[in-house]
Amino acid sequence: MSQPINNSAQTTLIRGARMAGGETSDILSANGVIVAVGADAAAQTGEQAEVVEADGLIALPGFVDLHTHLREPGREDAETIATGSAAAAAGGFTAVLAMANTSPVTDTAEAAERIAELGQRAGLVEVIPVGAVTAGLAGEQLAELGLMASSRARVRVFSDDGKCVHDSRVMRRALEYVKAFDGVISQHAQDPNLASKSSCCHEGELSGRLGLPGWPSIAEESIVARDVMLARHTGSRVHIAHVSTAGSVEVLRWAKAQGINVTAEVTPHHLMLTTDLLAAYDPVFKVNPPLRPAEDVEALRTALADGTIDAVATDHAPHVRHDKEHAFIDAAFGMLGLETALPVVCTAMVESGMMGWERVAKVMSIAPARIARLATQGRPLVPGAPANLTLVDPHRERVIDRSSSLSLSRNNPWHDRSLTGTVELTMLQGRITARQGNVLGSAYE
Amino acid sequence: MKHLLSIADLSRDEIGEIMDTAISMHDVQRRQVKKLPTLRGRTIINFFFEDSTRTRSSFEIAGKWMSADTINLTGKGTSVSKGESLRDTVKTVDAMGVDMMIVRHMASGAPAQIAQWTNCSIVNAGDGMHEHPSQALLDAYTLRSKLGDLDGKHIAIVGDLTHSRVLRSNLLCLRALGANVTLVAPPTLMPSGIGSWAATDSFEVSYDLDAVLPHVDAVMMLRVQRERMSGGYFPTAREYAVRYGLTARRLALMPRHAVITHPGPMNRGLEISADAADDAQSLVLDQVSAGVAVRMSILFHLLSGEGSSA
Amino acid sequence: MTDTQSPGGAPPAGAPSIEGRTVLADQDVSRALRRVAHEILEGNKGADGLVLLGIPTRGVALAHRLAALIKDVEGTEVPTGSLDITMHRDDLRKQPVRAVETTELPQGGIDGKVVILVDDVLFSGRTVRAALDSLADYGRPRIVRLAVLVDRGHRELPIRADYVGKNLPTAKTERVAVRLAEVDGHEEVRIGAPGRP
Repeated sequence: MSQPINNSAQTTLIRGARMAGGETSDILSANGVIVAVGADAAAQTGEQAEVVEADGLIALPGFVDLHTHLREPGREDAETIATGSAAAAAGGFTAVLAMANTSPVTDTAEAAERIAELGQRAGLVEVIPVGAVTAGLAGEQLAELGLMASSRARVRVFSDDGKCVHDSRVMRRALEYVKAFDGVISQHAQDPNLASKSSCCHEGELSGRLGLPGWPSIAEESIVARDVMLARHTGSRVHIAHVSTAGSVEVLRWAKAQGINVTAEVTPHHLMLTTDLLAAYDPVFKVNPPLRPAEDVEALRTALADGTIDAVATDHAPHVRHDKEHAFIDAAFGMLGLETALPVVCTAMVESGMMGWERVAKVMSIAPARIARLATQGRPLVPGAPANLTLVDPHRERVIDRSSSLSLSRNNPWHDRSLTGTVELTMLQGRITARQGNVLGSAYE
Repeated sequence: MKHLLSIADLSRDEIGEIMDTAISMHDVQRRQVKKLPTLRGRTIINFFFEDSTRTRSSFEIAGKWMSADTINLTGKGTSVSKGESLRDTVKTVDAMGVDMMIVRHMASGAPAQIAQWTNCSIVNAGDGMHEHPSQALLDAYTLRSKLGDLDGKHIAIVGDLTHSRVLRSNLLCLRALGANVTLVAPPTLMPSGIGSWAATDSFEVSYDLDAVLPHVDAVMMLRVQRERMSGGYFPTAREYAVRYGLTARRLALMPRHAVITHPGPMNRGLEISADAADDAQSLVLDQVSAGVAVRMSILFHLLSGEGSSA
Repeated sequence: MTDTQSPGGAPPAGAPSIEGRTVLADQDVSRALRRVAHEILEGNKGADGLVLLGIPTRGVALAHRLAALIKDVEGTEVPTGSLDITMHRDDLRKQPVRAVETTELPQGGIDGKVVILVDDVLFSGRTVRAALDSLADYGRPRIVRLAVLVDRGHRELPIRADYVGKNLPTAKTERVAVRLAEVDGHEEVRIGAPGRP
């Protein structure tokens, strides 16, 4: 998909950035492409080049989010493709996959093309639609997967996210069918018979005490187990969205050891927030799958570090205030994530010593781009690669303030928390889209 | 004390004070002139998002006997569909300048959330599967009046525990008062995480009612809804009654002094037999009678005294 | 109810004696009560129809003391009880939550009786006002009279005592403390400086 080329003819020299591997380099981009990296980059720089001083900053390939809810069409009061793109750019992303559970659902080629087009118009990140697996997310009839794949939107990731493709027959057929165009099914693993729509709290002592309908780990794990076996049986690619339990991690580890073609993502919030936050019934912490106990968080961190989990995906889920200000079981599921993803990963994984920046580049950019088959994203920062990159200050601490978000919504579970690591600059195809949380691109021109 | 949201908010002494005041209020109930001027000029809203004739009328009478202006509001169904949030709904009422809202809601935690959003006192009159503090206080009051100090007494709680707010409040209340508690239910009707919960809060769990009954001072029977069968919680009403119902045979297993409570409404023939419900040791009617006195005491403790909300 | 003890109501049993000067020593208290008992009998022309109701805490002890004195004189048991007025107070919201004391009416009730309300100190009159309200909830006495151990003046309501053990001129800010053997272990009435006794 082509991006609008307004000012990508510009030449930019990033001076003194630390590369993911640890070495310090200058990076020169021109015409949307990285033209030089290293000592000779400065020498090639012309007079008109914009210079970005990146002393102490880390240069990473632009982040790719496999799991974003942009709410448009249907709930433009909560988020639009433009505002979601702005939040994404501010968060260091250069590409986001927009989930299909909009109104109407993205289950046709036309709907998918419309989203891609609105994304291009906003021009801040590459917006790639995710197609629904089943028509209307009803879980019965396959959506027009092939037509979405061959459309201008080039859909490769399909998901009924928000709902599980729980019928084994439907899931099997979907996996088989997408092989024809190298697609992948991203599964929202939740057996509806074990965790119903009202299930809103990790099932355990706390849900027992609070009297909230429990969302047991087994409702996720049983679907993950079934789906990796279906993937083995069909020889297809399956991707597990927002893995949340230690049991799912065990199954994934086993499946990968068997050579099964499975990938998995974890959200930033499942890497740090725990179920005990629900004790005061604050709906800002209501999310699906639910926050889990510390043991699960620990298992997820380990799995992300050791490669069992491939990617971090935000599950950015904006909601207007009045959809959250209900009784806990009536409030909407979901939390914001785009602008806080890097700080959370930095705090939970890098500060803790579990992961280096090379691995961060892998889980936030390279792996998700590969899973979604995005040719121009997730490329190492070498000459010839598209100039999609993010500069990160690994040591800057910031107290998160929900009111400063570029999202239209304020359901931010990180409000008032101090996190380490900030996105200082985002560049999409040679054009700086965001600097220190502010958007510079076309969306607000 | 501004709100009564959970028994966990009360110290052992505060529970004792509420029960002590209830004794005086019980005397008022037996008088010809059942009226105290104590809460004159105070406005209490009974905000019931879920039907409950028993609890609502009990709070309403308690308020009226203490000369408060009591107004009943119903919020049938949630307002999610109407586009108005719960916060909007309660803030609208709060803005009228009421002193207290007595909230019954089908959603666990709703009263605690409402307390965050409003300035008035909030009394939890039953929230989903979470708590029903006034019921637990009146149960403890009733038990104490028959058994004396509950410290060291053994009380079995039997029934659909997983869905019961009465269980959760009673468990906290009885443990706070030093009673030993054993929960009895089939494993499917135990609250989730009961193992670690029991270890943390020091109570017992049993699946065998016959083994527990010979050692109790009181048995608290909780309602079992027949609809639970469709959820697969137990096979048939017959099997439940045989395995966990308080039958005439089981009545004989209890020590002579042991008493029986049930918060009502009773499913006779399911969790409790007619013999047990009408037994001389049954305190079911005492519980109803204590309801108003205990709720008067709750209103007194929340609405009198320095800093009580205006 | 000792008006002077506000805020906080009656001091706990066994409270220490206050600073200041003693105005009635223990013999004086007994002597004053004996006179009050005689005056009650004179006023009523005997013990017929009398009911003594003490206002907790020390008023109850005084009521029982008066009953015993009357029995010494007349040989008659006067029905005696207690009347808690917490729920009728008009200052509930100005003070911490109060413990509610017991109301115990004698067998036979108060309808048609001559009820003598008994309290330790008469000050603003608000306690007595609350007691009169409370009494109305229990029945309709033929006559209600008031007996107090100490009248210290400074009334805020049109109320006066029928029987007074000791009239005690005080400054409004001064504190008066009554200590009785049954409640406190010793017996005296003291006037203390303003502020904490």
